[in-house]
Amino acid sequence: MSPSHPAPTTGPDGDGAACPLLEMRSVNAHYGAVHALIDVNLAIYEGELVCLLGGNASGKSTTLKTLLGMLKPTSGEVVLDGEVVNDKPTGYRVARGVTMVPENRRLFKRLTVRENLDLGAYLRSDSQQVAADMERVFELFPRVKERLNQKSGTLSGGEQQMVAIGRALMARPRVLLMDEPSMGLAPALVQQNFELIQQIHQAGLTVFMVEQNANMALSIADRGWVLQTGRVVLDDTAENLLAHPDLQASYLGTAEQPNPIEGPSLSEALDAIRREERY
Amino acid sequence: MTGSASVAGSAVPTRPEALSAPPRPAFSHDWRRIARIGAIAALGQMFIALSNMPVRLDERLVVKPVLSLGYLVLLFLPVAVGYRHGHQTVREGVPVSRPGLHEVVGGFSCGLLAGGGLSVLAVLLAHFDLREPLVNWSPILLDLLAFGNNTWFAAVIWLVIGAGLGAAGGAVRLLGPVSRRAVVTMALAVAGAAVLESLVVDLAEGMGLEALADRLYARRGGVNWNSALGLAGVCGVLAVIGRGRLRHARLRHAELQGTKRTRANAALIALTAAALIVLPLFAGKLTNELLANVGLFVLLALGLNVVVGLAGILDLGYVAFFAVGSYCAAVLTAATSPRITPEMPWLVALVVVVVITGLVGLFIGAPVIRMRGDYLAIVTLGFGEIIRLLFLSDWLSGWFGGAQGITKIPAAGIFGLTEVSGTDPRRVFYLVLVFCALAVYVSWRLERSRLGRAWMAVREDETVAEAMGINTVNVKLMAFVVGAVLGSFSGAIFAAKVGSVFPASFLILVSIVILVVVIFGGMGNIVGVIAGAAVLIGVLGGPKQPGLLVEFSEFKLLIYGALLIWMMLARPAGLIPSVRRTRELHQHEMAQDAWLQGQVDDEDEGKEARSSTAAARR
Ligand SMILES: Nc1ncnc2c1ncn2[C@@H]1O[C@H](COP(=O)(O)OP(=O)(O)OP(=O)(O)O)[C@@H](O)[C@H]1O
Ligand SMILES: [Mg+2]
Repeated sequence: MSPSHPAPTTGPDGDGAACPLLEMRSVNAHYGAVHALIDVNLAIYEGELVCLLGGNASGKSTTLKTLLGMLKPTSGEVVLDGEVVNDKPTGYRVARGVTMVPENRRLFKRLTVRENLDLGAYLRSDSQQVAADMERVFELFPRVKERLNQKSGTLSGGEQQMVAIGRALMARPRVLLMDEPSMGLAPALVQQNFELIQQIHQAGLTVFMVEQNANMALSIADRGWVLQTGRVVLDDTAENLLAHPDLQASYLGTAEQPNPIEGPSLSEALDAIRREERY
Repeated sequence: MTGSASVAGSAVPTRPEALSAPPRPAFSHDWRRIARIGAIAALGQMFIALSNMPVRLDERLVVKPVLSLGYLVLLFLPVAVGYRHGHQTVREGVPVSRPGLHEVVGGFSCGLLAGGGLSVLAVLLAHFDLREPLVNWSPILLDLLAFGNNTWFAAVIWLVIGAGLGAAGGAVRLLGPVSRRAVVTMALAVAGAAVLESLVVDLAEGMGLEALADRLYARRGGVNWNSALGLAGVCGVLAVIGRGRLRHARLRHAELQGTKRTRANAALIALTAAALIVLPLFAGKLTNELLANVGLFVLLALGLNVVVGLAGILDLGYVAFFAVGSYCAAVLTAATSPRITPEMPWLVALVVVVVITGLVGLFIGAPVIRMRGDYLAIVTLGFGEIIRLLFLSDWLSGWFGGAQGITKIPAAGIFGLTEVSGTDPRRVFYLVLVFCALAVYVSWRLERSRLGRAWMAVREDETVAEAMGINTVNVKLMAFVVGAVLGSFSGAIFAAKVGSVFPASFLILVSIVILVVVIFGGMGNIVGVIAGAAVLIGVLGGPKQPGLLVEFSEFKLLIYGALLIWMMLARPAGLIPSVRRTRELHQHEMAQDAWLQGQVDDEDEGKEARSSTAAARR
């Protein structure tokens, strides 16, 4: 860890003197009758890179929505920088540094890349700073600069990811919430994507990411939680989680299963298809 | 691997190859396609005939003795299908074959079938009487189809006409770009002259050019045939000489940057404004009336454009704001409305109108904007009707006069300088013009503002917009309020112009017409919306207001519908698409164009922009 930000020792097992940047205290959340979050406790400290793991429909996206204020908790508290923000709208939290990269990137497809980036800075009025931040995004992603006037819906998946992150950075976040950043990316890009997240983190940003790709996520994260049908079932450091037998048994292994189709037969099939096409 | 590479290589034809593509043999056709197109056209022809358009429109001459509007609607379809049939199959951006005799034969066949529809109809008309279900089944129609001769003449002549026109339509495909442009210009010039007849005659009289009008138009309507030929000739020659200079100029304008662009735009705006200010001085009452009506709808369409085009809220009850504006102005200014006794001057009333309509916008908007998509549209539809029913109700008749409405609304006084009322449509037009200018300016500024950006974000993805910190509820409410206020201007002027307001003036049809104008012109595009209003309201007419083609008034809705369908199929972005919409709908073609011009490497931004504007022009 670079010394520019506090070491993750300020975590739950640390001295506890530092106050978490973003925190959930026994939060319950409902969608109508669906009890989506049950007594969830989370604390994210300044400078950490932490992840939330869990299977489908376990409530990961719901957690992010609740942190950002798009869903009101039915009980419990969401605390931002020591202030209970349960009743504050999303805009208030965004203005104080909580920003989300939504699931599946969700760019404004019919707007240009530039317009997307501008919208990321929607709440900011310091136009000079915004321009400087835009330059920083370009430094981070030179490709984004090339595509500035292209409609974002026509970008490739990887490029869309860059714009989505760039758009979030334009808000000058203190903590970046990322919902399944590697979803829908090619295996080669997934690796690159995690490196990118690490890079952003090392530049001084607190990152809270939601992932299904647990091995990858834990390999870069400091700490993590595992969510199961709305409950936090594990809360530990990344190493311990990686070694945890329950986690290994439940779903960590799936990422490393070999391709069910064997090499030669696949290429044979492709060859056959090519021959057909040529005819 | 090498095999697949060579396949890819040979699949990419180069440009010279494409030019030397062989013409298709004249008689090798996809006959099923021809049968399908022909059958659709034949049914279309029968439908047009039985809609009674030909009989009703026979009065209006397009070209003095030879062509009436009634016949024109029957001749249109064969040409269209003949042309449409020749549509080239384009594979990988390159036409498969060169146009040749093939197109003419195909067009001939399609046209033959289309004409055949009328032949069959003529025979049926003569031998059966189906007036019971088909009210327009009349001997007059038969007489018209037979050109006054007997039935068999009709049957044969329509086959001949159909085939001839279809072949002509197909033959247009053979023309080179220059001659094709000339032909199209000639046809448009004559059609334009015929459509604009009353306007041109009126203006010519105002400017003391009666002689010119007399030369061009026959006494009882229609372009003189010799003038039509002359006009076509002159325009054809001009088109050949002009050789797309206009298009060039437009492209150049689209490429301008920075101050040059601003200056060019300012010049264009100044020119348009000058024309709009000067022309009405020469125009008579009818023309000014028409212009004023168009202006009222431009105002309404600009307002709805903010709601639908920018914020993406499909409001089907927009007439509510028009109605509230009208009624408010009426109640506040008319002496006949019992409740509010000190009658306000119109301008003072306008301020109150704006406030009240804004509040009504908030009031209607608050429940509505919490819904999305289809539900929202249906609820707005309901609110539109509720407002009208409130004005109609006995309960509020003390205020709004129930079905009798409010009459004797005084003229709108402007600072004691003039009085604007329906008796002098020129003044109404100028008043409308001022408000239109205001609306254009407001829309233009809003589109580029922070609020405009938030509207676009909400239109694209409401959830993410919220995650960006945009207060989606407020932003959508703002769209409703801005739309409502712009609509209320139109309403307030309408009340002063007509002098009376009735609930029956604010039917749901008005909402639909305004929406059609916005969609037809090009959603989210100010110029497009204005053009849409000019074409639809000016030529075809508004819900109650006659347009240039007065004869069309009873078929107005039919034509609106047909135009809308055609629009969705052929130009989904609207008459004048906004650059944004074009990008979104034709991305595929643009990529193709870029590829054809060997400009795929997108390092060169300027070139790409040029090719995309080229695509946008098409
Ligand atoms: N808007 C909603 N209305 C009703 N129920 C919802 C809504 N959004 C989510 N849910 C339910 O809440 C539960 C948790 O959903 P959530 O989206 O948080 O899951 P997730 O962990 O993000 O899953 P995934 O990995 O598939 O994205 C699910 O059972 C889901 O059906
Ligand atoms: Mg999710």
